[in-house]
This record gives sequence, C-alpha cells and structure tokens, in this order.
Amino acid sequence: MRMLINVPETVVADALRGMAAAHPELTVDVENRVVVRGDAPVAGQVALVSGGGSGHEPLHGGFVGPGMLAAACPGEVFTSPVPDQMVRAAAAVDSGAGVLFVVKNYTGDVLNFDMAAELAEDEGIRVAKVLVNDDVAVTDSLYTAGRRGTGATLFVEKIAGAAAREGRPLEQVEALARRVNESSRSFGVALSAVTTPAKGSPTFDLPAGELELGIGIHGEPGRERRPMMTSGEIAEAAVDAVLTDLAPRNPVLVLVNGMGATPLLELYGFNAEVQRVLGERGVAVARTLVGNYVTSLDMAGASVTLCEIDEELLGLWDAPVRTPGLRWGM
Amino acid sequence: MLDADFFRRWMTAAAASVDREADRLTALDSPIGDADHGSNLQRGFAAVAATLEKEAPGTPGAVLVLAGRQLISTVGGASGPLYGTLLRRTGKALGDGAEVSREQLAEALRTGVDAVRTLGGAAPGDKTMIDALVPAVDALGDSFAAARAAAGEGAAATTPLQARKGRASYLGERSIGHQDPGATSAALLVAALEEAAGE
Repeated sequence: MRMLINVPETVVADALRGMAAAHPELTVDVENRVVVRGDAPVAGQVALVSGGGSGHEPLHGGFVGPGMLAAACPGEVFTSPVPDQMVRAAAAVDSGAGVLFVVKNYTGDVLNFDMAAELAEDEGIRVAKVLVNDDVAVTDSLYTAGRRGTGATLFVEKIAGAAAREGRPLEQVEALARRVNESSRSFGVALSAVTTPAKGSPTFDLPAGELELGIGIHGEPGRERRPMMTSGEIAEAAVDAVLTDLAPRNPVLVLVNGMGATPLLELYGFNAEVQRVLGERGVAVARTLVGNYVTSLDMAGASVTLCEIDEELLGLWDAPVRTPGLRWGM
Repeated sequence: MLDADFFRRWMTAAAASVDREADRLTALDSPIGDADHGSNLQRGFAAVAATLEKEAPGTPGAVLVLAGRQLISTVGGASGPLYGTLLRRTGKALGDGAEVSREQLAEALRTGVDAVRTLGGAAPGDKTMIDALVPAVDALGDSFAAARAAAGEGAAATTPLQARKGRASYLGERSIGHQDPGATSAALLVAALEEAAGE
C-alpha cells in the first residue's frame, strides 16, 4: 500500500505541523497535540472541546474556529487521545463560562474524557459532557458498547458551537447539544476496507463485488456483507435503516458523508438517490451537506446522517462559522 | 518476598513481551477491532520502562502507581485507562511497604481487576481482558506459573465468545471465532510476572 507519508510513527505530528502552516489563525501545539483557536479564550463564551482518534479528518481539528469548536485533541490514528491533552485544551480555552466536552461514544473516548473532566474540575474549570451516539447499525443495548458516534458529531459541534458564540450559558449549550444528538441518526456503507499507516495492509478482507453494510469509522467490518449494490439501492438501505430509528415529523438536515476514498462525483450522485428516497418516504429536507467530513482514512463508501430540526436548530445551523473544514457566512 | 526491584523487572519484562508480540496483538485486533492494539501498548509500556528507569520509585506500590499513570498519559484508547487503572489501583492497594508477599500481590491485583470491571463495565464472558485477569488472580495464590497458565487459558477461551464490550461488540455474532486481543495482552502481562520472578 502506497501512502504519502514519511514513517507511520509521525503521521499525526506531521499532519499537525502542516495544519499549523496552513492555518495561522489556529494555535497548533504539535508536541502536546492540541489545536486551539488563536483568539481563545473568548470572553463570555462557553468553549467546546472535542477530540478523538486521528484518521477522521477534517473531524475534529478541522472544525476548530469561530462558531464551532474552541479546541480539539487528536489522538493516534483511530485511538482516543489521553486525558492530559483534554485538560490542557480545556485550560487554554476556558473563559470562565465553562467547557463542553463533545465525546463520540467509543469506550476509549468515554473513559479518557471522563478522567479529563475530573482532572479539569480539580483545576476549577466547569465541565459538561455530551455523548454522541447516532449510528443505528449498532444495537444500543447492555450487550454492546452502545451506538457509535459518527456523522451527528458535525451537527452537534456546529449547532452547539453557534449557541456558544451567541453567549448562551453552559447548561443551555449542553442541552442543545444533547437535543441535536437525540434528533440525529446515521448509517454507513463501506466499499473497501481501510489501511492504517501502522499496519500497512487492509484491516479486513473485502472481496471484489461485495460491500459492507453498517460500518463504523475505524476500519471494523460492518454488521452484514452483501453483493455489490447500485447507488440507488444503497441509498434505500441507508435511509431506511436510519428511518427505522428516527421518524421525523419536521424537516431534517442531511449529511451525505464520504468515508475518504469516494470521489465527490459519486457522493453527489449518491445524494441524488438519498433525496429521492427521502421524498418517497415523505421526509422534508431543510439543508443538505455533501462531502468528506467524518472520514475513515482511505475507506471507500459513504454514510447518511439525518437530524430532525426546528426553527431554533435551523437558525443555529445557518449561523456563521469559520473553520478549516466548514465555513460560511464569515 | 517481592521488592520494588521485582516490580520494575515485571514492568520491563512486560514491555519486552509486548514489543515481541506487538504484530500478533495487532493481527488479532484486525478482524474484530481496528488493528492498533499492539502498537498502542508498545508505545505505552516503552514509556513505562523509561519512566521507571528515570524515577526509580522505592516501593512496590509506588512502582505500579507510576506505571499506571504513565499508561493513562501515553496509550489513549480504552486500553490506556483500563491497564492504567489496573496498575494504579493495584499499586495503591499494595500500600507503602518495602516488600510484599505473592499472596498480598494477589489480593491487591484483585482490587485492581475489580476497578477495571467497574470502569469498563465488563463481566467475565464478555470477551475482554477480564477473561484472562480473573482466572489469573484466582491462581496467583498458588504460583506465578499457575497464574500464567490460567491467564493463557482464559485468553484462548475467548475465541468462541461473542463480544459484549469494546469495539468488537459492534460486530455482534461476527466477533465469534476470534481470540480477544485485550485478553491476549493481559495474559502477556501476567506471564511477565513469572519472568520477573525468575521461575
């Protein structure tokens, strides 16, 4: 497998150095692995801090900036960051208004953010946490680690970030973030396995002419393998899987998200099918975002995330944002 | 009796063993995880060995508390907090005596394993590191060799199980037929005890 890297051991640090060079408006601490908006702390504003394994770019570092995250903590590839990073990030961005940790529901992320929240509170920082768990491919039961956090993370970070920018208090920002998560569901499909730099070969074997339904974003296989399907058939499978768990009466935000190796040409074609299926199922669409936002290194495939919204959430979604990965209105 | 030097040797032996077996751990982590268990523990235990050499804590308890803290600060993922908590809580339970008996270690390790169970929410049979650690602690009262054998058997016995915790649980029935990487690395950690004892 050919990769555009020096050595596997330095991929995260190398990417952070490159990010610092491209985005002088961010403060990138390469050694301690923390990405902070350059003007932090911002007086009177709650600060959103997120983080997770690397390999999902632009999530999370690419979503740092006004209107979204105050800081992000990148871990090793597909590995949760450590509590030291999150405490450092919280201390750098807290204006006294408090910090909201946005945590994707994976055992490692949950454990490390829990430890970090305790340590940050010891330092006098007010911390609230919101768990993102939108992936319907995993049954949320005592017998699994619970639904995974995937595409809804972008909706949570954008909408709660807009609320923080309005100067709303921590309790309100936290409640909004929770509401966005509870209103969101996702389903993903892989057309290829993923190759991590450390391993150098695909993490699982997916024969030509087959695909995986219900995949996550860490190269783990999905729940089910099927013979290759058309874009329209995949859209039906993904949308219907989401709608088994979410019955929107209001319009939805749609994220048609690429996994990293699927061209935009295919993603837009897939979006046309997703919109067709939503129309056939009677779901009204308020806004649509198409692109590579919550990726899984070089995996081919896509996920669909729906978030049922009201006027308040739509207003916060449309509010200005300026980050490397998502920018409009300013 | 076991002194601080024994516990340093334990951690050094564990670091060497994780280093030797890193590729195997990562290979086990590929079909049911995300192919990084070996490299993550390799990085963590190398940092533990380096810190212990630099700071040279004087008691068995202090060695394990420092090792655990180092793992939490270095590894990330779930294994960082879980292994870190295992060593830190075991170290705290050992107290500040200069020497401890194997029986005292077994008792302290049980406290550590209980803390891991609380933190991760896993029970025996969930296809996790707990499946190697619980039988190892039960056998440690007999001998280090018995603990090694029990941990190895516990790890091997995870193969037919369906995972209920951790990343493998996302696969449901497809997790059956694979040995759990966490239980495998836990067995390496237990086996390193026997090496440190020179038995």
